[in-house]
Amino acid sequence: MCTVCGCGSGETRIEDGTKHALGYGHEATPDHSHHHHYGAGDAGASVPGMSQSRLIQLEQDILSKNNSYADTNRRYFAEHGIFALNLVSSPGSGKTSLLVETLKKLGKTHACYVIEGDQQTTNDADRIRETGVPALQINTGKGCHLDGHMIGHALERLTPKDGAYVFIENVGNLVCPAAFDLGEAHKVAILSVTEGEDKPLKYPDMFAAADVMLLNKTDLLPYVDFDVEIATANARKINPEINVLTVSAQSGDGLEDWIDWIGTARAKLFAGYAATDAAE
Amino acid sequence: MHEMSLCENILGILLDEAASQNFSKVDRVCLEVGPLSGVEPEALRFGFDVVTRGSLADGAQLDIFEPQATATCAACGTTAVIQDRFDPCPSCGSHLLQIKTGEELRIKELEVS
Ligand SMILES: Nc1nc2c(ncn2[C@@H]2O[C@H](COP(=O)(O)OP(=O)(O)OP(=O)(O)O)[C@@H](O)[C@H]2O)c(=O)[nH]1
Ligand SMILES: [Mg+2]
Ligand SMILES: [Zn+2]
Ligand SMILES: [Zn+2]
Ligand SMILES: [Zn+2]
Repeated sequence: MCTVCGCGSGETRIEDGTKHALGYGHEATPDHSHHHHYGAGDAGASVPGMSQSRLIQLEQDILSKNNSYADTNRRYFAEHGIFALNLVSSPGSGKTSLLVETLKKLGKTHACYVIEGDQQTTNDADRIRETGVPALQINTGKGCHLDGHMIGHALERLTPKDGAYVFIENVGNLVCPAAFDLGEAHKVAILSVTEGEDKPLKYPDMFAAADVMLLNKTDLLPYVDFDVEIATANARKINPEINVLTVSAQSGDGLEDWIDWIGTARAKLFAGYAATDAAE
Repeated sequence: MHEMSLCENILGILLDEAASQNFSKVDRVCLEVGPLSGVEPEALRFGFDVVTRGSLADGAQLDIFEPQATATCAACGTTAVIQDRFDPCPSCGSHLLQIKTGEELRIKELEVS
């Protein structure tokens, strides 16, 4: 993958076959070009015996590029009153199912958009579109997380209305999406009750980065050995402030509270800027 | 794999610096990788070798400095070394810890020619 572009050497694909179209998100790197071929030439360029070694104190964050793309996205969201959430979980915890159920309600009343991250398929975006909400699929190929640059391009295609909700479903992976800021207002970690209460301790970075933990598939609680109290206590050992909500995408339990949380969090961020209606 | 894409980020920074600071070869890269950065130094070494092959940093020495993680307890004010994010405060047992150091993931310095 080309790191300058992030759109890469054919790995990342944003739906409609366009790998790289518009200029959004590149203010962060003015010299952005897609013609970097790492490795060609440079290594052989120095003349033996002529080279003088020197030390450069850099002190630069390895994720600084991603962070500047994320900052650009965050500014864009702020300027347009767009409330963005980044949903993270292991594969199969129920991110898409929860989004579908959430949008069946929230999408009726408010302008909503979804960016779907997945290594290969467009299944998840198709499931979202069935609810009538616009969705865009990003296929990361071998990439195991979404990054700020991909989101910039996705926004360019999706063109969400001012005052909208944008939901980003990250690639199913509890490790690296924690490190890659997308510019979202909050990360939402989803843990299903079939996965065990110890997940927050096993993947502490993710639960440290999230502001909310949704305990999903609570309809299965009678059949599995999962203690909601213990899972909550484990998450709070990592992140004492984390909000914990229990939900079931299957039965609909807890969805009202979750949708209330979304509305309240949005109102906190954009005091006085009402969310845009679905019809507008 | 996470470390692989971090190495691509490192290489991207090296190439930017090579252009702006006029060098064509990187002989040594010194990283600071905190124990709470979520990164495995050994995996980073492997990724670095793979990603830099044939580049200006081919064969460069990779030094990884691993600082300690420290946190200050919001309950009792103690600052102490911790091993993991879920460690309690060693003096009062509270989990209200504010991480001070240990999340570093930086390129500290380069030796170039
Ligand atoms: N019983 C039960 N099953 C659920 C619930 N939510 C999701 N599922 C099931 O769990 C499976 C995975 O759900 P998805 O919504 O595709 O999970 P995901 O997190 O989007 O998965 P990836 O995108 O592949 O990471 C599906 O078979 C769902 O029907 C729930 O609340 N209860
Ligand atoms: Mg999904
Ligand atoms: Zn680009
Ligand atoms: Zn990744
Ligand atoms: Zn204490």
